Formats: sequence, structure tokens, C-alpha cells
Amino acid sequence: ETNKLYCTSVKCCIFELKAELNSDKKEKKKEAVKKVIASMTVGKDVSALFPDVVNCMQTDNLELKKLVYLYLMNYAKSQPDMAIMAVNTFVKDCEDPNPLIRALAVRTMGCIRVDKITEYLCEPLRKCLKDEDPYVRKTAAVCVAKLHDINAQLVEDQGFLDTLKDLISDSNPMVVANAVAALSEISESHPNCNLLDLNPQSINKLLTALNECTEWGQIFILDCLANYTPRDDRESQSICERVTPRLSHANSAVVLSAVKVLMKFMEMLPKDLDYYGTLLKKLAPPLVTLLSAEPELQYVALRNINLIVQKRPEILKHEMKVFFVKYNDPIYVKLEKLDIMIRLASQANIAQVLAELKEYATEVDVDFVRKAVRAIGRCAIKVEQSAERCVSTLLDLIQTKVNYVVQEAIVVIKDIFRKYPNKYESVIATLCENLDSLDEPEARAAMIWIVGEYAERIDNADELLESFLEGFHDESTQVSETHTHTHLQHVLHKHTQNTPDSDNPDLRDRGYIYWRLLSTDPVAAKEVVLAEKPLISEETDLIEPTLLEELICHIGSLASVYHKPPNAFVEGSRGVQHKRLPARTASGESAESPDAGQSVGGVSDAPPAVIPSQGDLLGDLLNLDLAPPSASVPVVPASMQMGVDLLGGGLDSLVGLHRPSGSQYIAVGLAGGTGGMPAGLGGTPAMGGGLGDLFDLGGGVGMATGSYVPPKAVWLPAMKAKGLEISGTFARRGGGIHMDLSLTNNAMSIMTDFAIQFNRNSFGLAPAGPLQVLTPLAQNQTIDVSLPLNTNGPIMKMEPLNNLQVAVKNNIDVFYFSCQYPISLLFVEDGKMDRQVFLATWKDIPSENETQYQIKDFHLNSDAASTKLQGSNVFTVAKRTVDAQDLLYQSIKLTNGIWALAELRIQSITPNYMLALKCRAPEVSQYICQCYELLLRN
Amino acid sequence: MIGGLFIYNHKGEVLISRVYRDDIGKGRGGWRNAVDAFRVNVIHARQQVRSPVTNIARTSFFHVKRSNIWLAAVTKQNVNAAMVFEFLYKMCDVMTAYFGKISEENIKNNFVLIYELLDEILDFGYPQNSETGALKTFITQQGIKSQTKEEQSQITSQVTGQIGWRREGIKYRRNELFLDVLESVNLLMSPQGQVLSAHVSGRVVMKSYLSGMPECKFGMNDKIVIDKQGKAGASDEAGKSGKQSIAIDDCTFHQCVRLSKFDSERSISFIPPDGEYELMRYRTTKDIILPFRVIPLVREVGRTKLEVKVVIKSNFKPSLLAQKIEVRIPTPLNTSGVQVICMKGKAKYKASENAIVWKIKRMAGMKESQISAEIELLPTNDKKKWARPPISMNFEVPFAPSGLKVRYLKVFESKLNYSDHDVIKWVRYIGRSGIYETRC
Repeated sequence: ETNKLYCTSVKCCIFELKAELNSDKKEKKKEAVKKVIASMTVGKDVSALFPDVVNCMQTDNLELKKLVYLYLMNYAKSQPDMAIMAVNTFVKDCEDPNPLIRALAVRTMGCIRVDKITEYLCEPLRKCLKDEDPYVRKTAAVCVAKLHDINAQLVEDQGFLDTLKDLISDSNPMVVANAVAALSEISESHPNCNLLDLNPQSINKLLTALNECTEWGQIFILDCLANYTPRDDRESQSICERVTPRLSHANSAVVLSAVKVLMKFMEMLPKDLDYYGTLLKKLAPPLVTLLSAEPELQYVALRNINLIVQKRPEILKHEMKVFFVKYNDPIYVKLEKLDIMIRLASQANIAQVLAELKEYATEVDVDFVRKAVRAIGRCAIKVEQSAERCVSTLLDLIQTKVNYVVQEAIVVIKDIFRKYPNKYESVIATLCENLDSLDEPEARAAMIWIVGEYAERIDNADELLESFLEGFHDESTQVSETHTHTHLQHVLHKHTQNTPDSDNPDLRDRGYIYWRLLSTDPVAAKEVVLAEKPLISEETDLIEPTLLEELICHIGSLASVYHKPPNAFVEGSRGVQHKRLPARTASGESAESPDAGQSVGGVSDAPPAVIPSQGDLLGDLLNLDLAPPSASVPVVPASMQMGVDLLGGGLDSLVGLHRPSGSQYIAVGLAGGTGGMPAGLGGTPAMGGGLGDLFDLGGGVGMATGSYVPPKAVWLPAMKAKGLEISGTFARRGGGIHMDLSLTNNAMSIMTDFAIQFNRNSFGLAPAGPLQVLTPLAQNQTIDVSLPLNTNGPIMKMEPLNNLQVAVKNNIDVFYFSCQYPISLLFVEDGKMDRQVFLATWKDIPSENETQYQIKDFHLNSDAASTKLQGSNVFTVAKRTVDAQDLLYQSIKLTNGIWALAELRIQSITPNYMLALKCRAPEVSQYICQCYELLLRN
Repeated sequence: MIGGLFIYNHKGEVLISRVYRDDIGKGRGGWRNAVDAFRVNVIHARQQVRSPVTNIARTSFFHVKRSNIWLAAVTKQNVNAAMVFEFLYKMCDVMTAYFGKISEENIKNNFVLIYELLDEILDFGYPQNSETGALKTFITQQGIKSQTKEEQSQITSQVTGQIGWRREGIKYRRNELFLDVLESVNLLMSPQGQVLSAHVSGRVVMKSYLSGMPECKFGMNDKIVIDKQGKAGASDEAGKSGKQSIAIDDCTFHQCVRLSKFDSERSISFIPPDGEYELMRYRTTKDIILPFRVIPLVREVGRTKLEVKVVIKSNFKPSLLAQKIEVRIPTPLNTSGVQVICMKGKAKYKASENAIVWKIKRMAGMKESQISAEIELLPTNDKKKWARPPISMNFEVPFAPSGLKVRYLKVFESKLNYSDHDVIKWVRYIGRSGIYETRC
């Protein structure tokens, strides 16, 4: 009968419903409301019935009441004035003798997001928070979070936060759990005010409630516990001891949250402690048990195990078998298991793993098969002893002639060649047989590489390549790629011209091969030259350590499923705060303040607050990193320092090019041939990433591509500092931030004992080491010092944002000055956003966050501008040409993880650049715009 | 936290929608956008589902499927993902307990009830007490006018209480309990008969019909417990019982079990819910009795013929009988005809399933049986070789393949006048095949 109701209600017109709602018969009324709800569910707009439905609210039939409430929650927002009609009933219900009705009223009222109603909610809520019945209190606790979401200020003004804090000591475990959940949520939007006030006493209360509350409550409490940092290893151990029993809970979420707490607190335990070993052993079985849960939970568990295996491989190293793929596993479980198998592969289990992988390579799902083939290659690279067996397995697979298997196998064999050169060339003949079937760029590139690399051993190498090229000449070559083409030609042409002088015929041949390749198919050439960084290390896809640490703190949550920090997918302020693993501290040392490591030299006795502080905390806007500064200070190698001296500011990026990773292909193609090039090129630009600056360097188009360094300015005149004059500037080189200072002694006496300290600032800039003035500074002498900086210092919003207040001490006195750094100093090297991500992010940032800026009278063309900006880590993600104007889409990432996206519009007609900048933290936009101008003009 | 919960039918029509948080419905169209996004990107997606978690325009969707009904939880925040799935499963359990199978018809017939449940077990996206035992005391679809004040406070104290899974004042004339040890034995064997992986995942399911608030203590032949007792007691007894004990890799318990007590003393004590529930789950990997051994022989005769011979051997006491035996032998996609000969049971080629299904009703221990088949193949120019999926097997045996034995289940109820001796107890062991596969 209801089923009929469900279907017909859609057709049923508003008018009929109205009549039924106003019927005298209770049953008819109730049926009418049911119909209304059914219509609402299927998406029909029944808001016109608002007054009629609200009229049904005053009833003693609880079922009817609940239905009306459901309606109210849906439509109150669109009819705020009418919604007021409901207030009286709510207020009355909050006084009802039946606790279920009191709770229902306060629960529903919190869901009605109408300001006027919210005002009326305060008094009933206050009463309900102190209700005698725990059911009402637990509902009221959640209601505080609801109210906070609507009007945070109101919650604070009304003192609800304090009441909520009191509920943590409630006698009822469910009230405690809900209060914890509400407070945790509220404190996410106030990261600084330590709402939860976690201390050993409150932690003890939580641990007690943990034993008594529902499975969900246990999750809330464990997730909250994970945010606590124990004071020392002893406290850490005692919490771990009380959390471990949760590992036997039937609810997987309880188990994972317990694992999170343990993984985090374990960091603090000394490794030689017996308990540490015990704990490690205790973690494996519950993780394995998660794999017998339903597939969706298995997936969540596997994504987390992937993180745990990277962080602590020892936990699951003996459990390889449980990750073997079952034939009927859903594909998402299969792929994840495969990932973990590769991570766990070792000499001890490699035979078994290989046998499994070979099995998988014959399955049906294309993605899975590809990944299995790839995994075989990774095994070869990871476990040297197995390489031979892997190669022969791959050859077997190539014999199957299944197209995608062959292509995938060739890609991984190329990697094996790279790792073990001159060992397995005997298989090249087999590979060459499959030349024709290769239609995927990556496989083609791999094959061309192999042929090129081993050209001297392949009799008909040029013939092979020749045929290769004819096959896939791509006509629809895009403009930008032609652009690449030209650049490549430019460089390689030069290269080939050089090579005839070389007396190495192989090298010459290779040059010609590349040259031919270039003139025929630029796409393929690009694939060859700039193919993704090939694997040469044992592990691939490793999550970068700081991200891994952060993700470990998010075990069980969506972040751990996506393997992305929360701010990558959560809007607004929530989840922006980065979490960190606690540092290992011995008991006793804990008393020291976290700032202890920060104080530099003798300045520590100068009170840090001497400089008047301005502004208020940026709070949730910036990514606060409240963890104590890490002990490891990036050491600037001597060579780098020398490089700076030799090359001077403009060419600093060359020094940056010394970074070890990079596309090895270039090294093959160029480094050997052109002896005249700076050796630094061999490494190729890991920081640049794109073609631009590489070719400008290689081709000798002498454009300064280094990051912009403003000229030194006098920051502290001698007359203000008893004869000490300080001028300086900021520079970014080699991925690090430096403050370059010139200290001049204009006084009559020798100066010694220099030290430096920064006041808190917007981006947490702090000296990464002491100020190195090793010899006393004599009269009229000037010394140049480069002070490496990091961004781990304390944070306070400054006005202007890029203001830095500095204290310098010497044997005479302490001096203060302030200076401003170009915000480009904070643009990091990995700031190039993926095209797709860029597009999505651009759309996602609301337009009110967009800043427009005009750069007048500027004549550089778009490529030159792009190159110039790239030198300072402003990356061009994409370029478009529309109606004689070039549009550059660029991404910038700041040291604190803030992204800025820019659209730079360059018109050939007018000499003005138009810049549109979008950023989630619009405060920084104006500074970035100014920087653009600065960077372009210099 | 969970921002909204939607239930869809297989066509992607919304049957139930409950929004808990405003953030999932910002912008024009409100939460309807989220509803549509899931339908378009997941339910109507052409491809197979690649992940149970989907992120569409910064909104995350968690879904589970029950027959052809989709349940989706939606959020914009960094929620506890494991919790969301556990909740979705729980939601399914609760609905099943109220109205049986989760089907489009049942959902439509009970939509008012479902809304009432959703209002109760999720508050602002935070899961609340979701134990059916407790819920059924006050979500009845009959109104609650008749409740007295005592009854009301009893309900609220149960819903929020430490023993949320059991209400006070339960009375039975006959105190009785049933224990089922249900195991599923999983095996992956190589064609050569090498065990690649094997494990038993077991469950102890209890049906209790006990009066009052009884304290129960459950004991089994857990190696750790037996060894501990052995050390304390006579040494020869330890040697004797040591053989009978089993090593449990890991176990998890229903929330009624006092976990801290298990952690410290390894004793399993609890106040049980009324009626049927799952007391514990466990997993063992050592000394598993594999009830059946499958010996496959596949021979390719030319390009158009396949000869298959499969022998199954039962490996348990001859006095016991295995039931519902089914062997599934996969056949290539280009199979044109199959001829089967089997000594026992019935075998049939099922073209729609690409398999030969061989069924045997009963088989005693220490016996063997054989099937042989000739498979005719259509010649194809498909280069890809047949993947040879494993041969899988289903069966049911009246013992626990892990070797688990229930040693005792003691019941104490101090306030009422019945003792442990008065309780009638039943124990039953059932071993079933989980994923029991032999590669060929």
C-alpha cells in the first residue's frame, strides 16, 4: 500500500495534498505527510506546502512529529519566515517530560539553519546540556557542534564550549564520546586555542570512557587521542598499553583508529625498549584480520597498510601470503594488494612472489595485468638475485603476443637494462621482433631508447629506427610540441654539428639518430628525451617522507585512502592544519620548551618579545606547523657556496642544476658529446622540469634564468648600530632559502660574537644555523655571509605580510631592524601542478578569491616571460593562444603549501600584461602580483 | 563527518535521501547535485567500479551495494573512512533486522521507518547507538504514547548506557543457549598440490535466551590459555592438552566482550545481547585440516580440444559426512561442446557460467571421486591465451577445520535464581568452504 503511495505521490498534485494535510482525520493527515516526504525524496519541490505541514507539527503522535521535522529540516532554509512558526513547538518540546521528545526537539532544532531560529535555540540547548537524562545530554552535545557550524561566535559568547568541556567528565560514556566528537570538530576550525585541552588527566578520563562506550564512541575517542602528544616515552607507553586491547574489536574502524594511535605514539618509544618490540608484534595480526572484512573495508585497510608498510616495513614483512590476490577479489582490492606485494618483496620471498605475479599476468583485467607485469620489473630492480628470473619471465610473457603485455614488458625491461647495464642484452633480439606491435608512446620510447643505447650491438639499428619513424608520423602535432621540436632541433643540431669532430663513431651515430628522430616525429622525440623519470632506485611510488608522516597521523581517514593531505580535498579551514608525528623524547628532557632548539648563540638571553609584535595570528589561513623545529639543519655544501661566489647571483640556478635526479636521457644524448657545456647540465633540471630553461642554457641564449635576487639594500645603517652596517638581500638557490648579508665595521673597535635571531613572522622563516662570522671583524672591514634559512619557525601574521624583524647581536650590543623579502623567496621547486589538477583547482576556487593585476609597458614575449618566471619557480602549466594573445597558466606553491594559480595574458598589440591570480588564501595574492612584476622586470 | 546518506535503486533513482550537513549542498541545485553526481559517475558509469570511494568535485562518495540497491554516504570532509563503511554495513544490518531483505520494494514500503532510523542512528553525521536490540525498544512505528516514565528512562539509559546491547528485565521460562562455531576454510593450491596459502576464518555465533543480566565466560582450546594452565597444573596434562590446542592468529570480539580483560588475562567474559549475535571472529593459519584435495589435470589436445580430469579426495574421519559438495571447473570462452563422465554425483556444463559444475550430495571421509571431461573448442584467431581460472570448490563439513573446540560457556546470574547447571547449552560445528581454489 505504501509502495503505491510512493509511486503515485509523485504524480499527485500539490493541491490535493494541501487538502489532505488540512483534513480533520488524524490518519489522513499522517498519510498526507508521508506522501509529502515521499515526493521530497524523489526530488519534487513540495515547499509550497510549508504552512500546511508545519500545522501538523503540534501532535502527540511521535511518528507524525518526526515526519514533520524531517520536512522542516529540508525546507526551513528556503522559508525562514514561516519556519519561525515552528519555534514555539520546539521550545515546548524541549520541556516535555519524555526525554526522547526533549532530545528529538533539540536535535532537530540544531539542524534548522535559520538565524532567527538559532537565537531561540540557545536557552533550550543550555538546559538540555544539563538535562538529567544522558540521552538528552548526548544529543545536546552534538547540537553544540551544529550550532557552531551555523554561528561560531554565538557558541563562544553563550559559553557553550565550556559546558561541552565539562561533559568530558560526564558519568555517561556516550555523552563523553559525543562531547569529544563535537569538541574535536569545533577545534579543527580553531587550531590554536587548544579547546580539547588534552593533558594527562583528561587523557585518563578518555581512556576510561574508551572501555565503556559504543563502538562509534570508541572511534571518536581514539581519533581524538591521536591528536595528543604525550609528554615523554613513559606516558606514551602507558597510553599504548591501554589502547592495544582495541585491536581485538570487531569494528574495523576501531581497530584502524587504534593502529593510528599506536603508530603515532610508538615514534616516541626508544627502539631498544622491550615493549617496542612487543607492540610491533601486536600490530601485525589485526592488520591481517582486516583483510577478511568486506571488500570495501579491505580496500580502506589496504590503502592504510600501504602507508604502514612504507613507514614500518618490519611489521608485515612475514605476511606476504595474505596479500596474494584471490581470483574473485574486486579489482580495487587486487590492485592494492599488488602494490603491497611489491613493497614486501625481498630476497626471502621473491620466488613465491614471482610465481604469483606470473599467474596474475594472464588474468583478464587490463590494468591489473599491466600492473602485474610492471611489478615483475620492479622485483628485478629491487632484488638483484631475482633479476635473471624476472627477465626470463618477462620474455615468456612477450611470447604470449598479447599486445598490452608485450608493451608493458618492454617498458620494464628498459628499466632493468638501466639498472643492470650490459647484462641482459641477449634478449634484445626478441624485443626487436615485436617492434611492429608497439603503439603506445611509452613502449615506443622505451624501445627507441633500447635501440639507441645498444645501437652498436644491433647490426641494423638505424634501419630499425628508420622503419619505426615512418610508422607513426603524427600529423596533428600540437603547436606547443612543435615549439619543443624547434628547441630540440636547435640544441641537437648544434650537437650533431659538434659530433663529426668527435672521434667516437658510436656517439656520432647516436647524434644522427636523434637528429633524424627529431626531424621526423617531434612527439616521439619528446617521449624519448623527456620520458618520465625512469626508475633507477629500488622503490618507486614511495610517498615523500613528510607526506607519509602526515598520512600516518590520518590512518583510517579519507586522507589515508586518497594518499593526499586533507587540504588537498577538503574545502575551507578544516583539516588544513598539518599533522606530524611526535619526536622521540626521553623522559626528563620533556620539560624544555620546544623553542629551545631555536635560540641561536648568545642571543637567547635577549628576550624575543623585544620587537613589538603586530597583527594577529593568521590562524587557520596559513598552514601552521606547530611542531618544534626539526633538528636537522640543511647543510649547504661547500661546493654550492663556491658556486655562488664564482657565478654570482644571476646564474644561481646553475648550482641548483647539480641536483642528482633528473631525466637520464639527456645525459645520454648530450653530456658525453658536448664537452664544452658546463658539467652541471649532466644532471638536468629537476627543479625546472620543463624545457624552457634547459634549452636556454644549452643553446647558449644567455638569459639569466636564476631565481630573482633583489640587489642588496642597507637594512641597518651604521649610525643606528654603533658602527655596524648591515646590508643584505634574500636568495633562493638549490631549493633552499638564504639571507645574504654584508656586515661592515665602521666603528673604532673590533667586532666579534655575532649572532642573529628573527621575530615570529608570517611564514615561519627562521635561521637554519648560526650566523657564521668566524673571524673577528676588523675596523673598516666588510664580510659577506650567507645565512641558510628554513620555514620551521614560529608563525605570526605580519603587516605587511612579507615583513621580517631581525635582531643581530655582537660584542657591543643587540640591534634590531626590519626588512622585507620578495615573496618569490617562498616559491618552492615542486610547484608545478598537473594540468588536470590545475583546471579543477582553478574552477574550484571561488571567484571572489581572484585578484587582477596589470603590468604596464612590458615587451617580453610569452616564452621569454615563461622562462624568466620559471627561474623563480613560477611554473607554466599550459599555454594557449587565442586571438593574438598568449595565455599562460601558471602555478606557484609556497613553502607552507599554499597554492596560487595564475593566468597571465600577454597581448601582442598592447605592451601590457594582465595577471589574474587565484588563491585560497587571498591575503598573499597582492604580494605575489607584485612579485610577478619584480620577476619580469629583472 | 557524514554529510548525507542516499539510497538508490539499480536505475539510479533515489529511494531515500537524508542530508545531515549543509556543506554537501552548497551552490545552485543544493544536495541534489551530489545525488546526481553519484548517479552519473558511479551507478551509470560504463566501466566496472574501480573504487568504493569516489571523489567528484571535492565531494567524496562511499558506497556499498546490496543486491541491486546502492547505499551511498556523502561527505566533504576528511572523515574516518573505515567508520563510514562500518556504518553503512551496520545500516544494512539494522534494516534487515527490521524488515528483512534489502530490496527496492521493502525500502519503499518502509521509508518512513528508514527515515526514523536514520534520524536516530546518525546525528549530524556522527553514528549513534545502532544496536538493533536497543533500537527496537523505542523505534517501533507504533508511537510511544503508552510508555510510562520508568520505561522511558529505561530506554534512554539503555541507548546511552554501558550495556547498550541488552535491556533489563528479560525473562525466559527456559534458559537456553546455542553456540555455533562456523568456519570457512580458504585455500589456494598450486597445480602441483603445493599449498600457496590457507587460512580459516571462523565465527562463534551465539543465540542466547537467558533471563536477567547474565555474566558469561567463554572458553576454548586456545593454545595460549592451555599452555598457561599447563604450566600451572601437572606437566603431563599440559603435554596431552597441548596437542588439542590451536594457535589463533588473531581474534576480534563483539562489543559486549571486555577487551581489556581479554588483553590482560585472555579470558572472554561478557554480558550477551539477547537473541542471536556474533560473539567473536578469529583466524588461524597453522595445522588446518583441509577437508578436500583437488587434483587437476588439463591437457590441450591440438587447438580445438581440451581434456580435463579432476580427482577430489576427502580428508577427514570416515565416520563423518561432507555435504553440498560442488566443484566448478572453468572452461574457455570459445567452448563449443563438453562431454562429461563422473563416477559420483551429477555434472553439467553451464555455458552461461563458462564452467562445468559437478555436484555431489554427500561424501564420507577418506574417499575419492573423479570426473573427466572433453571440451571441444571453436578455433579462434584471438591471440590471447585462455587465463585458466582456478578450479573452485564448495562444501560443508560437520567439524571445525581449524581444530577449535569449545571448552565451556559458563553463565552466572547472581540476582535471579538460576545457575549455570540450569542453562541448556547446545554446541554445533560447521566447516564451510570459503575461497577454496586449486590452480590448473
